[in-house]
Amino acid sequence: MNGVHDMGGMDGFGRVDVEPNEPAFHHDWEGRVMAMVRAMGANGGLNIDSQRFARESLPPAVYLASSYYQKWFLALENQLIGRNMLDPNEIAAGHSLRQSPPLKRGKFTLSDIPRISARGSFARPAQAPSIFKPGDKVRAKNIHPVTHTRLPRYVRGHSGIVERINGCHVFPDSSAHEQGENPQWVYTVVFDSRELWGDSADPTLKVSIEAFEPYLEPA
Amino acid sequence: MSGHDHDHHHHDHDHDHSELSETELRVRALETVLTEKGYVDPAALDAIVEFYETKIGPRAGARVVAKAWTDPAFKQALLDDASKAIGTLGHVSRVGDHLIAVENTPQRHNMVVCTLCSCYPWEMLGLPPIWYKAAPYRSRAVKDPRGVLADFGVTLPKDTEIRVWDSTAETRFLVLPMRPAGTEGWSEDRLAEIVTRDSMIGTGLPKAAPRERP
Repeated sequence: MNGVHDMGGMDGFGRVDVEPNEPAFHHDWEGRVMAMVRAMGANGGLNIDSQRFARESLPPAVYLASSYYQKWFLALENQLIGRNMLDPNEIAAGHSLRQSPPLKRGKFTLSDIPRISARGSFARPAQAPSIFKPGDKVRAKNIHPVTHTRLPRYVRGHSGIVERINGCHVFPDSSAHEQGENPQWVYTVVFDSRELWGDSADPTLKVSIEAFEPYLEPA
Repeated sequence: MSGHDHDHHHHDHDHDHSELSETELRVRALETVLTEKGYVDPAALDAIVEFYETKIGPRAGARVVAKAWTDPAFKQALLDDASKAIGTLGHVSRVGDHLIAVENTPQRHNMVVCTLCSCYPWEMLGLPPIWYKAAPYRSRAVKDPRGVLADFGVTLPKDTEIRVWDSTAETRFLVLPMRPAGTEGWSEDRLAEIVTRDSMIGTGLPKAAPRERP
C-alpha cells in the first residue's frame, strides 16, 4: 500500500535525534507491548508480514504522531479484534468479557521462550529456478498494490543492477494476507543515485533494496 | 489515540509520577484481558522483556568485528556467509539465517536503513535505537546519507562511495567498519571495546585509538 510508512526520500522530517546511552525500553509498558506482540505472534499465528501490514494500515496521522511502541500496541489491538480474539469493550472494561477462540499453538508460556529468542528462518524451497543473475539489468515494476508490499515507492519504475541472489524466501505480499508463503527469490538490486533522485543527486551514492523476484522485470 | 487523549496533564511532579498514562492503562488492560483469556502467561512476558533488556546487545556484533580484524580467514568467511561464520564462533548461537556482512574500505562506506519499518540485526546489535525507527533517518538515509552522517558528526572524504542498504526483506546487514590506525597488536577484547553500535550500522566510526603516552 502507498502509505506514510514508505518514507524513503521524503523531506521535512528534520535532523536525526540521537539519544546517548538509550535504554532498551523507555517505559515499562513498551516492554509489555513488545512481549505481547511476540507472544501473540508466535502462538496466535500473527505472522511478521501481517503485523507490518497492521502497522502500515494505521491512519497516516496516527502513524506519524504515535511513538514506535504506540504503533505496535494499536496495530496489535486491531489485529486481535480482526481475528475475534479481542473485543474493544474488553480494553475499556479491563477484563475478558467473553470466550475467545483458542490460539493456534496454545497459551504462550515460559516453554515457548526459546522459540522467540532466535530469529526465524524465511528460506524455503524454490518453486522455480531464479530468473535473474548477478550483473543483470532490471527494472523495479511500476506497481501500486493496495495490499502489503516490500517494494518501496522510491525505486518503482527505476532501473538497477542485480548484485546478489540471497535465496528463496517467504513472499511478504502473500504471507501478510493469509495467502500462504508463496516463496520467491530475493535479490540485492543496486540503483545509481541519479537514476533515483535526478541529476542533482550525490554522485557518490548507490542505494540497494532487497527485491523479491515478482517486483522485477528485465530492463 | 487522539480520541482517548484527555487533558489531564498536571505540572506537579509528584502527581506526574503517580499517574498512569492513557497508553499505560490500555496496555495493562490488554495484558489482563489476554491473561484472563488464557492466551499468555505474564511470567513468560516478563521473560521476553528480560531477554530484550539483558540478553542481546551490540557487544555481540563488536566481538564479531574484532575477530574479523584479527583473523583474515574468519573475515573472509564472514564476508562469504555471515550467518555461517558467526555460527562457528559459539558466543552468538542464535544468529539469523540471512545475515550479510558488508565491508567498509577506503573507497566505500556502507550504511544500513529500513525505510519501510525497523528491520535490524538485533541478535548482533540489540534492539534498534529510536532514531533508527524514526522518520528523519528512514526518509533521508537513501537520498542524503552525507547529511544524515553530519547529524552524527561524521564526515567522509567527498569521493568515498556511499552504499546504502535498504533492508526491505528478511536479509539483515552488519557493517564491518575499518580498523583504526594505531591499533596494531591489540587483543580482540581490546579491539571489541572500540567497536560502537553505530559503526556497525554505518552511521558512525569505531572509537579512535588513544594516543600512546610519550
